[in-house]
Amino acid sequence: MLSRVAERVYWQARYLERIENTARLLDVFSTLLMDLPKGTKLGWHSLVHITGTHEIFDATGRQPIERNVMKFLLSEDNGISIINMLAAARENARTTREIMPTEAFEQINELYFYAKENLAQGVSRGPRHQLFEKIITSCQQLTGLMAGTMSHNDAYSFVRLGRDLERADMTTRIVDVGSSNLLVSSQSSIQADEPLTNILWMNILRSMSAYQMYRQHVKDRVNAEDVVIFLLQNDEFPRSLAHCISQLSSVVDELPNHSKSLAQIAKTYRAIKHANIEKLLGDGLFQFIDDLQIEIGAIHKAIADSWFLQK
Amino acid sequence: MRINWKTYDPGKFYDEIISAQGAPRPPARQLANYLKSLTHAELTEKKLAAELAIKTMGISFTVYSDAGNIDREWPFDIIPRVIAAKEWEYTSKGLQQRLRALNCFINDIYNDQKVFKDKIIPKELILNSTNFRKQCLGIKPRYGVWAHVCGTDLIRDSDGLFYVLEDNLRVPSGVSYMLENRRVTKRVFPELFENYNISPVQNYPDQLFDTLAAISPRTSEYPEVVVLTPGIYNSAYFEHSFLAQRMGAELVEGGDLVVEKDKVFMRTIDGLAQVDVIYRRIDDLFLDPTVFNKDSILGVPGLFKSWVKGNVALANAPGAGVADDKVIYTYVPKLVKYYLGEDPILPNVTSFMCTDKTECQHVLQNLDKLVVKPANESGGYGMLMGPQSTKKEREEFARKIKADPRNYMAQPLISLSTVPILGDRGVEPRHVDLRPFVLQADKSYVTAGGLTRVAMVKGSYIVNSSQGGGSKDTWIVGYE
Repeated sequence: MLSRVAERVYWQARYLERIENTARLLDVFSTLLMDLPKGTKLGWHSLVHITGTHEIFDATGRQPIERNVMKFLLSEDNGISIINMLAAARENARTTREIMPTEAFEQINELYFYAKENLAQGVSRGPRHQLFEKIITSCQQLTGLMAGTMSHNDAYSFVRLGRDLERADMTTRIVDVGSSNLLVSSQSSIQADEPLTNILWMNILRSMSAYQMYRQHVKDRVNAEDVVIFLLQNDEFPRSLAHCISQLSSVVDELPNHSKSLAQIAKTYRAIKHANIEKLLGDGLFQFIDDLQIEIGAIHKAIADSWFLQK
Repeated sequence: MRINWKTYDPGKFYDEIISAQGAPRPPARQLANYLKSLTHAELTEKKLAAELAIKTMGISFTVYSDAGNIDREWPFDIIPRVIAAKEWEYTSKGLQQRLRALNCFINDIYNDQKVFKDKIIPKELILNSTNFRKQCLGIKPRYGVWAHVCGTDLIRDSDGLFYVLEDNLRVPSGVSYMLENRRVTKRVFPELFENYNISPVQNYPDQLFDTLAAISPRTSEYPEVVVLTPGIYNSAYFEHSFLAQRMGAELVEGGDLVVEKDKVFMRTIDGLAQVDVIYRRIDDLFLDPTVFNKDSILGVPGLFKSWVKGNVALANAPGAGVADDKVIYTYVPKLVKYYLGEDPILPNVTSFMCTDKTECQHVLQNLDKLVVKPANESGGYGMLMGPQSTKKEREEFARKIKADPRNYMAQPLISLSTVPILGDRGVEPRHVDLRPFVLQADKSYVTAGGLTRVAMVKGSYIVNSSQGGGSKDTWIVGYE
């Protein structure tokens, strides 16, 4: 397989996964709004923080209110909105048509046209959920389509690498939502009270379609520590960080020239599994999340060094 | 409202579907009757369905413009063009004959040059051709074949006969659209395929692969065949990727290839892998910066030498374009006779050479009636359409011709045949041409039909998609 094509396939998978997860993230924010008592406000600015786009947003000089943030992340031409990511995924799919199943390209293409027409509606709350649902379902369909119609060859390995690494990244970001100062009570206290925090964590689980699996696994009511352990360290849930990273390792194992990537992945996996979540929650999770993101960046670099065209 | 073929009037032109006053030609009878059975609303619905299919299937082409490159949906008219199988059989033979002769000619030019010694064609004409590559002298590609893939442009004049308008021997494109047009038509008119005996077209990628595999220097069972593209910004990128996909070949850009010890390798995730055959879709001059255009960033340094040494095959071979010069074109019927000892099956369109004094005089005096073409442009650029030209344009062309007669030839305005298209108010005749694709290596193949291009503007002859032309599915139909 050509190095250049491997890179494009990898990025296409990353974009698609990021699109799906951004839709999930925006959806959870919107649902959360409905669960919150009057007088509690969501900090919309943290949304641009979580997606790592605050610098670009702040440069626009606009107020971080719901409408502006939504517009920014959905349909604006800023390189990072869902519509831009879809355009990038489509471009990558267009330029790897010779190896991807035809139906996969057609579906990405269709989703792009749908999004182009409908994304702007997501700014208002009414049609928002339906829009996100469509995006998430289409991405899931694509994952299934590739798993079911594409030979599980090198090209598919790069699809999986891109998808799992991006998923790992987004999981850390979504977990970050729970630990950040998302809920700002307009009344006296600065700290949100406990029931509210639990509502927040429950919504975070829902955003990753993880609520049901969490309940089966934990058998206790939703609480911060168990949720974070589940989302970061569980080996069985497909969107948990540990699971994503161990998947990477089994994919990389099949590829030639893999020792560097394999070593980095093993190092990251150990860092996740050995973390003492209880203690980290007490100190503030953000430092740990930052470290994890550096690890994920290092995995990407190892992959690029081993298989992509060297510029 | 339904179609009334009686009011359909192609005028003095040969119409491919309707002969006199509303009577469908025999191979098109079923089609004409079927179309008549549908209301205008139903037809319009089918037209929209086709447009949607093209959009979601991502069938596109790139238009270069000042505002950057735009990826446009492929223009397609749903009414197919129908050609009788018998006629096509005969035409195919003519196309194969022509390509055989052209390959003999190219091989001769770069080797024995008998054609000059026998005074069939003046030597200067070839040596002055911008597509002559002196670097190719003395090279003998396998089977003596230089042009493995040829796109021949045919037109049907008002006498109802096919004439050859152009041979495209460099990097002819359009075959992917021929295949996709059929896929769209199947979606739009599935009913018609039940009773009609329509020749399938989809085996072209296999034939192309076999042709390419046949010229592999290594005799391995699975030669490594790649498609070399200039990249995603090229107007034919869709086709490059389409053909690579259908052949199961890698689609490579110059940067993916590297030459070591006169062998060509591609950079893969396993390291370097040797390449046997390159179906190159970039122009000669950009192939190898060490031999041709030094500024080319599309090409691969050392590629030419690997080809000369026989370590990699190139299709089409560098230098093959020498025979698709529009001035050389005028000699092709003579070349068929000279190399094959056969009478040409397909006639040329009458042409005047500006290098010949009397003919040049004729051209200059009749600029308002003739079509003047530069020797080496494609896509319909740089032409003078005499009857539609202004005085100023004619004066400009007269100057150009006098300054460089070698670079121009002229043809009378031929009457392109018509086929109905579905317009806003029903069916209307529009002019078409036809580009079949011919393959040659150890065997030779011709597509069943080809790409029909149609001028969407009333009365226009401009069929090029880069200039607003459309396309049609082409049916080769057997009938009793």
